[in-house]
Amino acid sequence: MSERASVPAEDEQQEETEAEEQTQAPVTTGAQSVVRALENAGAEYVFGVQGGAIMPVYDALYDSDITHVTMAHEQGASHAADAYGIVTGDPGVCFATSGPGATNLVTGIADANMDSDPMIALTGQVPSNFVGNDAFQETDTVGITQPITKESYFANHSDTVGHDVSEAFALADAGRQGPTLVDLPKDITQGETDVEPNPPTTPDTYHVQEEADEADVQAAADALAAADRPVILSGGGVIKADASNALREFAMEYEIPVITTMPGIGSFPEDHELSLEWAGMHGTGYANMAITNTDCMLAIGTRFDDRLTGGVDSFAPDAEVIHVDIDPAEISKNIYADYPLIGDAREVLRQLFDAMPRAPDADEWREQCQTWKDEFPMSYEMPDDEPLKPQYVVETFSDVTPEDTIVCTGVGQHQMWASQFWEYTEPRTWVSSHGLGTMGYGVPAAIGAKLAAPDQEVVCFDGDGSFLMTVQGLSVAVRENLDITYVILNNEAVGMVRQWQDGFYEGRRMASEYPWIPQFDKLAEAFGARGFRLEDSEDVEETIQAARDYDGPSVIDAHIDPGENVFPMVPSGGDNGLFALEEDHLEML
Amino acid sequence: MPGPAPTERIRPEGRRNSQGIRVDPEAEVTHDPRQAVLSALVKHKPGVLAEVSGLFSRRQFNIESLTVGPTSDENIARMTILIEEPEPGIDQAKKQLQKLVPVISVTELEPEALRRELALIKVGGEKPDDVNAVAEMYDGQAVDASTDSVTVEITGSKQKIDAAVEAFKQFDVQEIVRTGAAALERGPKTLDTDV
Ligand SMILES: Cc1ncc(C[n+]2csc(CCOP(=O)(O)OP(=O)(O)O)c2C)c(N)n1
Repeated sequence: MSERASVPAEDEQQEETEAEEQTQAPVTTGAQSVVRALENAGAEYVFGVQGGAIMPVYDALYDSDITHVTMAHEQGASHAADAYGIVTGDPGVCFATSGPGATNLVTGIADANMDSDPMIALTGQVPSNFVGNDAFQETDTVGITQPITKESYFANHSDTVGHDVSEAFALADAGRQGPTLVDLPKDITQGETDVEPNPPTTPDTYHVQEEADEADVQAAADALAAADRPVILSGGGVIKADASNALREFAMEYEIPVITTMPGIGSFPEDHELSLEWAGMHGTGYANMAITNTDCMLAIGTRFDDRLTGGVDSFAPDAEVIHVDIDPAEISKNIYADYPLIGDAREVLRQLFDAMPRAPDADEWREQCQTWKDEFPMSYEMPDDEPLKPQYVVETFSDVTPEDTIVCTGVGQHQMWASQFWEYTEPRTWVSSHGLGTMGYGVPAAIGAKLAAPDQEVVCFDGDGSFLMTVQGLSVAVRENLDITYVILNNEAVGMVRQWQDGFYEGRRMASEYPWIPQFDKLAEAFGARGFRLEDSEDVEETIQAARDYDGPSVIDAHIDPGENVFPMVPSGGDNGLFALEEDHLEML
Repeated sequence: MPGPAPTERIRPEGRRNSQGIRVDPEAEVTHDPRQAVLSALVKHKPGVLAEVSGLFSRRQFNIESLTVGPTSDENIARMTILIEEPEPGIDQAKKQLQKLVPVISVTELEPEALRRELALIKVGGEKPDDVNAVAEMYDGQAVDASTDSVTVEITGSKQKIDAAVEAFKQFDVQEIVRTGAAALERGPKTLDTDV
């Protein structure tokens, strides 16, 4: 793997770290202190690109057991680190040099920030005496990233730089997870110091409340138990808090239907009878019916994003809302919480479990939910002579892979099909860009995911537009020999945009059709990956099998029906209960 | 063909207002903006002001004024922030502010808290006695004078300073600078006994 030695087997590693602790060379520079801080925090991988201002840190990395993965673009470094964070639950680490290196990281940092993914970015900076002078490759990285991180640090002393990194690492992981950044002027990392960094601890001003107030929990439990039409809305925070098991126990014990948000996919098994899958703009019809008609919603670890709520005026308009979140600022930000419960999702679920006086009396409601499932099934039409259907490709792939297979995506229609037609049953198996909606996320995210979980199968559904944005990442997947299957649902268009143009701009397809895209199977081969071209429905299974069998990255260029659109659909800002099931419905709304 | 078309589906009666609060569908409910004085203790280090002001602009909170100064602890500064927002906005502002890592604590002061603002007003020097007389009416004083100008210092509530500025318009006002409000709770109450 990469330039450094591969990760040793577990007990060997144990021995090595013990031996290392005795023999670890003392810190002599700021850069070494930075690397020591990463080691102390348990960092396993760093994703990055070299450069002048970060070079001292790379030099210190030369003597470390941390594996550096050289990326083809810093945006890829930040997405790979982000995906690593999603899959492992621990902060992913990315490096970039000053100026353009740092600005290239920005998209991935903003992405991690919107999705509360744990990540730490370390950026080189021009020497302190040049800072502010528009020196070569200087940018105000702290200024640029402050609004998109939990905190951006500017290291100002070689003695404290290691501590800055320790603190930033701990902060990325604590409470509501998210990205942090440390900007590292070159003289600070080159400067001499013998100060060992402190163990990772959060800043003294950062306070996290783990358990909710008992009386509040009781009041919320009483309200939920008294409900006629209860639902649980499970967000990404449930996965982040490792609360999926607690959620399952709670929902099954009290027989409450569960809807997830899109980032919450995997927090509850979609094959369970209580599951209504996910709600929102392209969520299932039954989830959107239930969310519209519920009278009591237990919402956990969700920030009520507008892609979920549609227009707030029509969101769960009859529901009392119990909102569980570790971040007090999320309470009543978008949707008013009748019962705010601030705390860690797993802890609060346990508290609620104990406080419930009884299960809600909701037989009729569950029957109603079942009726909606029958009325609005997730389906697609596949006449014999029609071109390849993207849904069929996703469904077929889902059927043949193990339950813990990790799915990554780009952003667009393919992302929606991958979330609708794959059956998710496990947390941390759905790796996608939600809040920021970053095209180009898929290629590098799959790299981060595969390194995070080498024993799990990784598949990336991508769009032709998204794939082209970060295609250079294929070189990394090839170099690291990562067994990833990329499936491009190729409609020769930025399809999601085209769908909106057809629906809301009278079919004026300005700049959305890409008839000049490359032959992706050949492109894959040029990178040294395995390439497949898929056109017929009959070949789907065989091609998927061949790509899965290939030991290394493979790319299936699947030429799908370009006329296929994503349904159900709630128009932007619309009413979740009024989702369209087909184009004609859009005109009624 | 799958289930009922959009307009034929089961629908509840209720509605939320733009702030996500459930409301009576018959009644129009809006929250009127009110003024709030937030007092924040923050780590006294570079970049904190940018972080706080960035937060307010990014989230489109309407800041009336923001003042910063040191406290008796050299590592801690105190900010006084006046905002005008509907109730849910004020609540959000407090929570978002509290979330920033360099922020130690955030408190909303009681409406009757002491609020003072300082203004320096420079007017033409033709009628120094008249300027002095007006300054005295507002408990102010001339702090600098030359043949061409007189500069007056006024301290007090925003209303008082507004009124003073208005009164000085009869002279040739050359420049005005105002600090924005600094505020403290009345009585023995403090934010933090150590500070
Ligand atoms: C970086 C970036 N630029 C632009 C967009 C706007 N956008 C959203 S979806 C989409 C279409 C994506 O096309 P493609 O990756 O081919 O996927 P498809 O929708 O065709 O499946 C575009 C352009 C975006 N989300 N991200």
